Amino acid sequence: MTNLDLEKTAACIRKGIVTAVHSAASGHPGGSLSAADIFTYLYFEEMNIDPKNPKMEDRDRLVLSKGHVAPGLYATLAQRGYFPVEDLKSLRHTGSYLQGHPDMKHIPGVDMSSGSLGQGLSVAVGMALAGKMKKKDYRVYAITGDGEIQEGQIWEAAMFAGHRKLDNLVVIVDNNNLQIDGAITDVCSPYPIDKKFEAFGFHVINIDGNNFDEIRAAFKEAGQTKGMPTAIIAKTVKGKGISFMENQAGWHGKAPNDEEYAIAMEELKKAGEALCQK
Amino acid sequence: MPEVKKIATRESYGNALVEIGKEKENLVVLDADLAAATKTGIFKKEFPDRHIDCGIAEANMTGIAAGMSTCGYVPFISTFAMFAAGRSFEQVRNSIGYPHLNVKIGATHAGISVGEDGATHQCNEDIALMREIPGMVVINPSDDIEAKAAVRAAYEHNGPVYLRFGRLAVPVINDNTEYKFEIGKGVVLKEGKDVTIFATGLCVCGALEAAEKLKEDGIDAEVVNIHTIKPIDRELVVKSATKTGKVVTAEEHSILGGLGSAVAEVLSEEAPTKMLRIGVQDVFGESGPAKELIAKYGLDGAGIYEKVKGFVK
Repeated sequence: MTNLDLEKTAACIRKGIVTAVHSAASGHPGGSLSAADIFTYLYFEEMNIDPKNPKMEDRDRLVLSKGHVAPGLYATLAQRGYFPVEDLKSLRHTGSYLQGHPDMKHIPGVDMSSGSLGQGLSVAVGMALAGKMKKKDYRVYAITGDGEIQEGQIWEAAMFAGHRKLDNLVVIVDNNNLQIDGAITDVCSPYPIDKKFEAFGFHVINIDGNNFDEIRAAFKEAGQTKGMPTAIIAKTVKGKGISFMENQAGWHGKAPNDEEYAIAMEELKKAGEALCQK
Repeated sequence: MPEVKKIATRESYGNALVEIGKEKENLVVLDADLAAATKTGIFKKEFPDRHIDCGIAEANMTGIAAGMSTCGYVPFISTFAMFAAGRSFEQVRNSIGYPHLNVKIGATHAGISVGEDGATHQCNEDIALMREIPGMVVINPSDDIEAKAAVRAAYEHNGPVYLRFGRLAVPVINDNTEYKFEIGKGVVLKEGKDVTIFATGLCVCGALEAAEKLKEDGIDAEVVNIHTIKPIDRELVVKSATKTGKVVTAEEHSILGGLGSAVAEVLSEEAPTKMLRIGVQDVFGESGPAKELIAKYGLDGAGIYEKVKGFVK
């Protein structure tokens, strides 16, 4: 896919995110929107997957360790053809398979149930280790939040991944700098994130996580990195794409009301139209 | 009297893993720096490539096992009960229980029979914790033979299983040709008509000893081995309680949330019966030789005998 196609796809995914969260009247738009470009690149360019065969044995796997941004993952999976985009409107509704946090038992394309912060990276490490032991070529991706890495288990997992030289593992830290209680630097700073992962034996790449040139280059570099896992520290904008949500901690876990939803969709529509004129 | 063979069930765990590991290539064992104590060192020696030492990081080990299970492995996580069920409770619940992954938890050093290490390492709460997780099977074997059978049954069962093993060598009591292990099926070891003693783990042997002594007092006790706390054998619990009309539970675990609670839940719904729960009361353990502690907390044959006698009178 060209960058332009990726951008158009990401705009559709952002519409899906906002629509799902609006319909649920709850959920986490901020971090879903910041990671939307990474989701897009992974599922439309990087990963070896088959939406018609979600459990394909040798597929690449993704663990959404920051599971609260399920709307981002679901909108991407729907856009990729795992299930109807229309179903996004059932997010968090009683009886819907689209649970508030990823549920591998009921959602096609979800490789691991997640949501309790700090746990997903360990699971991704287990998948990567299994791949090494079985001599499989599949790769494993884990997306964590920058607030999430305050959890100690992340560093247990990082230590193990570095120790075992799991070069089939890529950790993407969605570094949007905000968590529920405010800026991560005010709450309990995890910086320097890159140096921490380096110290744990990772190859580290710092990028602008809302720029497809940089995202593409980073995943290429990760793929060529041997003998150590890769950590991509992706600087992103929380709420990216919706003017009033950008860089606002308040939009971490809040749904837009009808009026806000209309404005958000209009902004995304205009962004999409602008892309079409490129 | 001939010398009774004694083996710690943690030892049975290690041996069973080797045995099954020879047949099943997808069995892997994970440890958190306790391979010597959990007896998975035996497996490590035999299958070094299928033994993964995660270091002192139980939460991570639990997650790694979950990830490996999604790729076709059947991981056995091994550490002390305190850390398997206690430290990693939420990882077990959310990363294994909720997605119902095929991970087995081999928890050794359960209960006060840990001995000298004392209260910090004596987990009397694990059955209660694990029983709460939907879909989790909880097994507390009574001796070497049952422990080995339980490990195999756990391997064959599709879904999470919590296996509880002890540090102390305990008498082999199931050494007979009719012995058969089935998850969720209690075993009547001695029939009786005056009182039922439902026992689990190392208390099964004590319950049998107590029943022998009770005979001398004219009390005919039925002894039932409940090796599977969840799913509990409701039918057998109701049947035996209805027959004897008096029920005692005996476990090396807190009286809150373990076998006693599980039996009380069944009976209060289906056949209300007067009950006495023998176990660790609502207290922490302490340091001391295991045998002395078991006696001090009234969980040996003599302790069970005294309590049952007082209860039946």
